[in-house]
Amino acid sequence: MSNSDYIFAVARIRAREKWLLSDADVRQMTAMKSEGEVLTFLADKGWGTSDAAQDADSMLEAEEKKNHRILRELKVPKAVHDVLSLPQYYHNLKAGIKEICTSEDFEGVFYDLEDFSKKDVVKILQEKTFYRLPEHMQSTAKEAYEIMLQTMDGQRCDIIVDRGCLEAMISAGRASGDAMLKSYAESNAVTTDIKIAARAARTGKSVHFLKEALAPCAGLDVKALGDAAARSEEGLLSYLEGHGFREGAEALKQSPSAFEKWCDNRLMANLKLQKRGTDSAGPVAAYYLARQNEIKMARIILTAKANGFTEEDIRERVRDMYV
Amino acid sequence: MSLGFALALIGAALATALAGSGSAWGVGVAGQAAAGVVSEDPGQFAKVLILQLLPGTQGIYGLLVTFIALSKIGLLSGSPATSMDLGTGLAVFAACLPIAIVGLISAYHQGRTSVASIGLVAKNPDQFGKAMLFPAMVETYAILSLLVSILAISNISL
Repeated sequence: MSNSDYIFAVARIRAREKWLLSDADVRQMTAMKSEGEVLTFLADKGWGTSDAAQDADSMLEAEEKKNHRILRELKVPKAVHDVLSLPQYYHNLKAGIKEICTSEDFEGVFYDLEDFSKKDVVKILQEKTFYRLPEHMQSTAKEAYEIMLQTMDGQRCDIIVDRGCLEAMISAGRASGDAMLKSYAESNAVTTDIKIAARAARTGKSVHFLKEALAPCAGLDVKALGDAAARSEEGLLSYLEGHGFREGAEALKQSPSAFEKWCDNRLMANLKLQKRGTDSAGPVAAYYLARQNEIKMARIILTAKANGFTEEDIRERVRDMYV
Repeated sequence: MSLGFALALIGAALATALAGSGSAWGVGVAGQAAAGVVSEDPGQFAKVLILQLLPGTQGIYGLLVTFIALSKIGLLSGSPATSMDLGTGLAVFAACLPIAIVGLISAYHQGRTSVASIGLVAKNPDQFGKAMLFPAMVETYAILSLLVSILAISNISL
C-alpha cells in the first residue's frame, strides 16, 4: 500500500476525530456524580448500541468492536494491522494456555477475534499443532505452554508471552515501513519494559526473571535496566533519572498509578504528532490507538464511579486524550 | 509542414497535456479524500466538492492556451500556417511552456493542499472559509503563468 492509498483512509479518520472524547469531556465525566450519569453522557455521544439500557461492560465491548471494524474496513496492510492488534492475539494465546493447563474455563477473557478466537487457539494448543499459529508466535507459544505445563507458574507464562508480543510488534513495526508505527512499537516496548522493571523492583524479582521478561528494544539497555531493577527500587530510580526518563522516575516516586499514567501519556505524546499527516498509515494507527485510549479512560471512570472513588482519585488516573 | 509549425503544434499540445495531467492527479487525490469524509459525514459533501474541484482549473487554463495557440497558427480557422518559420514556431512553443509546466506543478501541489484542507473541514466544518484559502493561494501561480502564456502568444506576429 503506497502512501497515496491512505488518502481516503486518513480523510475518513479525520472526519471521525471530531467525535473523539476531548480532555474537557473527560473532566466533565470525572465530575459526574454516578456511573449512570457517565453512561448517559457516553450514550449521548453515540457510544454503545441502540439498546435503551446498557451496562458499562456491554457499552465498552460495543465500542471496542466498532474500533476493530473501522480498522478492517480501512483494509490496512497486515504489518500495520499486526502492530495494532498483536496484543489481543497474544492475550488470547495467554488465556488459551492457562485454560488448557489449568482446566479452568476462561470464558469472557478472550477477545472475539475473527481469525484467532477462543475455539481456534484452544484447538491448536490441545492438538499441540503450534505450526498452525502465526510464525512469530510459534516459538513463544511452545515455550510458554511447556513452562506452564511443567511449573504451573502463570506469571512466568505471562512474561514469556508478553515479551514475545513486544518482539513481534517491533518486527511488525519495522516491516510496516511507516516511521510512526516503527516508533510506536519501539516506544511501547520501552514503556512496557520500564513498567515490568518497576513492578519487579517493587516485588524483589531476580535478575534471571528480568532477563526473561524484558524485550530488547532500541533506546533502552535492557540488561542495565534489569540489573538496576534487581538491585533495588532506588537503583531503578537512579537508572531512569540518568537515562532520559527523569519524569518517569518522578512519577514512580509519587505512586504506581501516577507512573502508569506517565507511561500512557508518553505514548500519547508520540501519537499526537500524527494529527497533521494526510497520507500515511500513521494517522490511521494513531486514531485506532486514541480510541483504545478513550475506551480505557471510560472504563477507569466508570469503574471508579461504580466503586465510589472520589473525584480526586479519578483525576490522578486520567490520561491525556488525543484531541 | 515546416519544423516551425510542428513546434508550435507541440507547444499547444503540451499546454493541455501537462496542465491537464496535473489537474487529473490533483482532482483525483482530492476526490479520494473527499470520498473519505463523505463516507463518514455526508453533510460535508458540498464543501469538500468545492475543495476537490480547485486543482481542476489548471487543466482548463491549459485548454484555453491551446485554443489560443491553435487559433494563432490558423488551425481553427481552416488555414493552417504550415510554412511557419522556425523562429516563430519556437516562439509559440516557448509561449505555451509557462502554463504547461506551472500548470502541472501547481495542480500537483494544489491537489495535496486540497487534501489537507479537506482534512481540516472534516475535523472543523466551520473552518471552510479558511480551508478554501490554502489551496486557492497555489492558484495564484497558475493564473500568472496563464497570463504570461496568453500575452506571449497574442504578441507573436506570424
